[in-house]
Amino acid sequence: MKRHQNLLLLLAVVLLAALPLWLVQKPLPDANGKPVELFAGADNKAMALIGDIAPNYVQWFKPIMEPASGEIVSLLFALQAALGAGFIGYYLGVSVTRERMKREAQMHTENPTRAD
Amino acid sequence: MHIMEGFLPIEHAVGWAVASVPFVAYGIGSIKKQIEANLEQRMLLGVAAAFTFVLSALKLPSVTGSCSHPTGTGLGALLFGPAAMAPIGLVVLLFQALLLAHGGLTTLGANLFSMAIVGPFAAVALFRLTRRLRLSFAVSVFIAASLADFLTYVTTSAQLAWAFPDPTGGVVASFAKFAGIFAITQIPLAISEGLLTVVIFNALARFNPQELKDMNVVNPPEVSA
Repeated sequence: MKRHQNLLLLLAVVLLAALPLWLVQKPLPDANGKPVELFAGADNKAMALIGDIAPNYVQWFKPIMEPASGEIVSLLFALQAALGAGFIGYYLGVSVTRERMKREAQMHTENPTRAD
Repeated sequence: MHIMEGFLPIEHAVGWAVASVPFVAYGIGSIKKQIEANLEQRMLLGVAAAFTFVLSALKLPSVTGSCSHPTGTGLGALLFGPAAMAPIGLVVLLFQALLLAHGGLTTLGANLFSMAIVGPFAAVALFRLTRRLRLSFAVSVFIAASLADFLTYVTTSAQLAWAFPDPTGGVVASFAKFAGIFAITQIPLAISEGLLTVVIFNALARFNPQELKDMNVVNPPEVSA
């Protein structure tokens, strides 16, 4: 039952991520005729909004190191996700096996096989 | 929720950093104490950190046409208490600030405060409240984790509104604008985070019931069932 519930929950997560991709219409070009990027990062949109509210604000500190390109950014993000997912997978794998061995050991002590 | 490097005035940047330091210090002490009391929990702490690593790396599309990411802090907050997430969040945010130019060192304090302090404390408070209201374990976890995620982004909006008040409408108008970007985008993502946190708790309840019972914050009778 629980495993069934988890499958449904994961399906819901996939749907929540996939639905916007075809529900959201491509925005019209902005006032200057430049096309607006769809699914841009909210962080960058906020940065642009700061520019609107306080046009005189100067970014007073620049990142020490910037990834060389968008490809390198996705490499590092993929690495971050892989490290996390790898560890969770390892832990769950260990847990599943340990639980099964515990159960088998229990069954063994409850009905020990006869030696005769 | 990442405020970009150099995009907070110096006073704000310093202020948020000063506000975050005691939480990190207390959090490190709290983690140490829990691990010393029960060495087995080291692995579970790793899972909490790993969950934050994965979720904060996933940029998901939202109904607003923007992309954002969940935070993954609810799981660790419910397992180890809210303070424990401050040092874990620090590791994640440092990784992103130093290697990815995502967020930044000057905005680290503010980002830490929204993601690794407000979020986790909200998660634990909401979890206690929902349990007291006798909502089921799964529903309580869902509400705690998804609202923690959402409130993190509300906090970011408030931080930016405070630093950059609208010239005509002041902080309130500015907050509405930033929340329009962050909070609305975050709604479906927060739901996703809530669901994923329930998935992990389901797995833990099935395969690691003893560990869950040993934790102080989560002690639901259903787990043993």
